[in-house]
Amino acid sequence: MMDSMGLPTPHEPPPLLALRKVSRHFRLPREGWAAAPVLRALESVSLEIAAGEVLGLVGESGSGKSTLGRVALRLIEPTSGTIEFEGADITTRTGRGLRELRARMQMVFQDPYASLNPKRRVGDALDEVLKLHGLSAPANRSERVVKLLEQVGLSADDRSRWPREFSGGQRQRIAIARALAVRPRLLVADEPVSALDVSVQAGILALLRSLQSELNLAMLFISHDLGVVEVMADRVMVLYLGRVMEVAPTRALYTAPRHPYTAGLLAAVARAERGGRPSVVLREEIPSPADPPSGCVFRTRCPFVQERCAIETPRLEDLGGGHLRACLRKDLDFGSSLS
Amino acid sequence: MCLNAIGSPDEDDGSMMAGALHQNGPPVIAGTPYTTSPDRGADRTGLPSSTPSLLEIEALRTEFLTASGVLPAVDGVSLTLSSGETLAVVGESGSGKSVTALSILRLFNRGDRAHMHGAIRWRLADGSTIDLAQLAEPALRSIRGREIAVIFQDPGASLDPVFTVGAQIREALRRHRPGEDAERIAVELLRDVGIADPERRVAAYPHQLSGGMRQRVMIAIALACRPRLLIADEPTTALDVTIQAQIMRLLADLKRKYGMALLFITHDLGLVAEIADRVAVMYAGQVVESGPVDQLLKQALHPYTRALLECRPKRHYRDSGEDERVLLPIPGAPPRPGSIERGCRFAARCAYREARCTLDPVDLELAQAPGVQVRCLRWRELG
Repeated sequence: MMDSMGLPTPHEPPPLLALRKVSRHFRLPREGWAAAPVLRALESVSLEIAAGEVLGLVGESGSGKSTLGRVALRLIEPTSGTIEFEGADITTRTGRGLRELRARMQMVFQDPYASLNPKRRVGDALDEVLKLHGLSAPANRSERVVKLLEQVGLSADDRSRWPREFSGGQRQRIAIARALAVRPRLLVADEPVSALDVSVQAGILALLRSLQSELNLAMLFISHDLGVVEVMADRVMVLYLGRVMEVAPTRALYTAPRHPYTAGLLAAVARAERGGRPSVVLREEIPSPADPPSGCVFRTRCPFVQERCAIETPRLEDLGGGHLRACLRKDLDFGSSLS
Repeated sequence: MCLNAIGSPDEDDGSMMAGALHQNGPPVIAGTPYTTSPDRGADRTGLPSSTPSLLEIEALRTEFLTASGVLPAVDGVSLTLSSGETLAVVGESGSGKSVTALSILRLFNRGDRAHMHGAIRWRLADGSTIDLAQLAEPALRSIRGREIAVIFQDPGASLDPVFTVGAQIREALRRHRPGEDAERIAVELLRDVGIADPERRVAAYPHQLSGGMRQRVMIAIALACRPRLLIADEPTTALDVTIQAQIMRLLADLKRKYGMALLFITHDLGLVAEIADRVAVMYAGQVVESGPVDQLLKQALHPYTRALLECRPKRHYRDSGEDERVLLPIPGAPPRPGSIERGCRFAARCAYREARCTLDPVDLELAQAPGVQVRCLRWRELG
């Protein structure tokens, strides 16, 4: 089965989450007499996540990865395109329907210091979620709170403590417990370990990974850290200026990337870890999403740019094996340069 | 003046970062014999060098007086740095790595009630040595920026939004290199730090530049006074990985070109391989291991250093499809300053802990490999 973009549908039955040609534009304040500029945060992005699958989303700041995570949860409205969850179109769902949806899709944010109410004891915060969604009978709620805390590596005693008494890593565990309280099928994790010390990060990642397989949880795992995404994801999508550059199973993307942007990102990491000079060097910086380059948006930083890259816009083409990439240069393969 | 590397350029008296030391607390007690530290004089970091050190920090203890008591952020740190050398100080939040660096120039926030003990010996261009810890504030001001410059993590907060980048570079030049053609040098500096079209960009305001470009401007301001030491405090942490790669390369190139020494502060052990000559790993206010970078990355001796190297997530691909995902966290969290227990400070999180580890403070010892020091009772067995 192929959809309108020519993407093969890798999953039967229908995916848990599907975005179809989703765009999100933000209108910026007008400057002078010129028409108000439009920031194209997302431009016709399609993706699918199967039940229990972890899709990694990488890109630099300004790539639109956080916007995509929020659009998927209907925290931000798409300008165009549709969002499907469990096979149903949820793009315009409101009120009670949207609330019911929220019990099945949850989010974990980057900053565990900002995402917990400092004036609420941890046990009460979890209890409130259960109460709001009416998911546990009042008699069972406290038992469920204890179970949730234990599930994330905390203990029953932690119920009566305040958020300020916990370290960053422990707070992120509480945030995860809160997200899991409603028994979601999809978790959007937006940079969930970026604010934590490196010695603590691995513990949170291991927790997410084990919960994911235990609960058959699907995840949209957003991070700027390619090493973290490599460990977490089954498949990875690379965004640049709101467009999809490449999608592939994790192994293919990390060992044989086919897009120069992916290769440049990986080379920048490999250089830091092994020393020496990167094989693919990206020039300059990501341009403003309000004024993207013509043709291929990546061309201004691409070491392999040709004249036609300014004129033609590359389509996302299927290379087989679930590997897709958007590049006019058909001769590029970076497998050997990275190994 | 080069102080705009850390604050607004119009505040010319330097009191903003260090004045608090004199206004709110007793003067710095420097050079007082430091009897409680077992480290005094014993733990020079790295190889004995034939050239005299540019900077010698000895038994530095920096504590902050807070409502909840005295917090020793740095507790008996000794480090040395030779001309043109790069020393990376690595540690997690609360390790004291930044406070160590900021103590050199007393760059504390207004209102921080900081006390410093120990010596910070700086060798001047004429070969004589002064103790920065004992230097009065006005004299220290002539060292800041001119001899030792600093760049910070957040270039947005360090630049003044109401002045063009050119004006901020010229300010530094006027103070430290009067009589030179500031306009021309400002453009040259921007070109040196890899800013395209510097003639035009010199008139840009900070908000018109990206994060990476602002960090380049900060580096240009730091270089304006041709310092002999550049302190870079997590200079790439706020930047994307591709920009981080560019800035790291730039720092390495500029260090060579300007013949500066570099004190590179980072939480990311992955970054040190490409830039550092030597590394000092800090934990809970102390150096726990130091040595030449290759040696330390190849054969770390301290359990904390090893755990730091191993906690980066890794994935080994298997043809069976069941890939091996390696996630090795260090249990627990770093201790908060002020809540430090007896004995080895890492003991609570250490996989190799024994009963004796929690009895007495552990000293830094010379290890077998030249220039390596380690603070662990069991390093011989574990090495």
